[in-house]
Amino acid sequence: MKKGILIILLFICWILLTTPIKSYEIDWQILIVGLVISIISGFIFGEGFTESPHKFFGIKRYLWAIAYIPVLIFWCIIANFDVAYRVLHPNLPIRPGIVKVKTRLRSKSGLTALANSITLTPGTMSVEIDPTGYLYIHWINVKTDDIEKVTELIVRRFEKILERIFE
Amino acid sequence: MRETLSLIFMVIGCFFNLFGCIGLVRLPDVYNRLQASTKCVTLGTCCVLFGILISGPVNISFKAFLTIVFILISSPTVAHALSRASIKSGIKLWEKSVVNKMEEE
Amino acid sequence: MITFLLVLLLFSCFLCLYRISRGPSPADRVVGIDILGIIVVNFCAIVTYLAKVDFYMNIALSWALLSFIGTLAVSKFLEGRGFDE
Repeated sequence: MKKGILIILLFICWILLTTPIKSYEIDWQILIVGLVISIISGFIFGEGFTESPHKFFGIKRYLWAIAYIPVLIFWCIIANFDVAYRVLHPNLPIRPGIVKVKTRLRSKSGLTALANSITLTPGTMSVEIDPTGYLYIHWINVKTDDIEKVTELIVRRFEKILERIFE
Repeated sequence: MRETLSLIFMVIGCFFNLFGCIGLVRLPDVYNRLQASTKCVTLGTCCVLFGILISGPVNISFKAFLTIVFILISSPTVAHALSRASIKSGIKLWEKSVVNKMEEE
Repeated sequence: MITFLLVLLLFSCFLCLYRISRGPSPADRVVGIDILGIIVVNFCAIVTYLAKVDFYMNIALSWALLSFIGTLAVSKFLEGRGFDE
C-alpha cells in the first residue's frame, strides 16, 4: 500500500513537470515513460516512505487541508506587514527572546507542519522540537513567558485544524 | 488584464524581497535576521512565482506551481535547521533579549 | 517596469553580499548565502516572464532544490554532527 501511494504521488509530479498535453492532444510516449519510471522507483523506495499509510484514505483530511490554506495565507500576509513595520521603523521596536510552548500533536508529520506554520506566522520562529510535545520558539516581541498564555497566543489557532488533518 | 495582474503581483513580491534583505542588514543578531529574512523572502518569492503562474502558458504555470509548493515547504525547514545549529554551536542571543527558556533549564 | 524590478532585486543582492562579507559569526554568513540563493530563483522567474521560454523555470526549480540541500548540509556541519544522521 505504501508503494502504491508513492507511485501515484511520483506520477502526479511527473505530469506537472513535463505537461504531456500539446495543443489538446495527449502525448502517450511521455506518459508511459513516466509510469514505468515511477513504478520502478516506487518499488525501490516505497518501504521508507510513510509510517501510517491509512491516513491517506480519509476524505475529511483533504477537506480540512483545503480549509487550512486560506488561514495560513492570511497569517502569512499579516506576518509580512509586521516584519516590514519593525524593519523600517527607525527605532527597531523589538523585544526578542526564546519561550516554550506545549502542543497536543504527537505524529511526526503533524509536528513538522506545526513548526513550519509557526515559522511563517507573525514574529515567531521554531528553534527546537522536543518529541514529547514541547516546542522552543524564538519570539521577536515577547509579551509573556508563561507557558499556558504563550500556547494560547501562538499555537491554538493552528492546532485545532492540524489535529483533524494529521492525527 | 491578466498581464497587469501578474505585473502587480511581481512588484509586490520584489518589494517584500527588498524588505527582507533590509531586515537582514539592520537587525542585531542571527535569530532576528533569520526570522525577518525567511518570512519576507518566502512570501515575496511566492508572489513573484504566482505572477508567473497567472501569466504564462500551461507548462510554465505547472512548473511555477511546483516551485511555490517546494519553497513553502523547504524555506521554514532551512530556518529551523540553521537556528538549531546556531543554538548548538553556542551563539548567544542579543544582549537586550528578554527571556531564554533554553538556558534556564 | 521590468527594469525597475530587476534593479530592486539587484539591490537586495547587494544587501545580502554586505551581510555575507561582514557577518560576525559563520551562521550569519550562511543565512546570507541561503537568501541569495532564493533571490536567484526570483531572477530566473522574471527572465521566464520576459522570454516566455520554459527552461528558465527548470533552472529556478533545480536551483531552489540545490540551495536547500546545501544549506541543510552546512547547518549539520555547524551543529557538529556527521552528515549521515
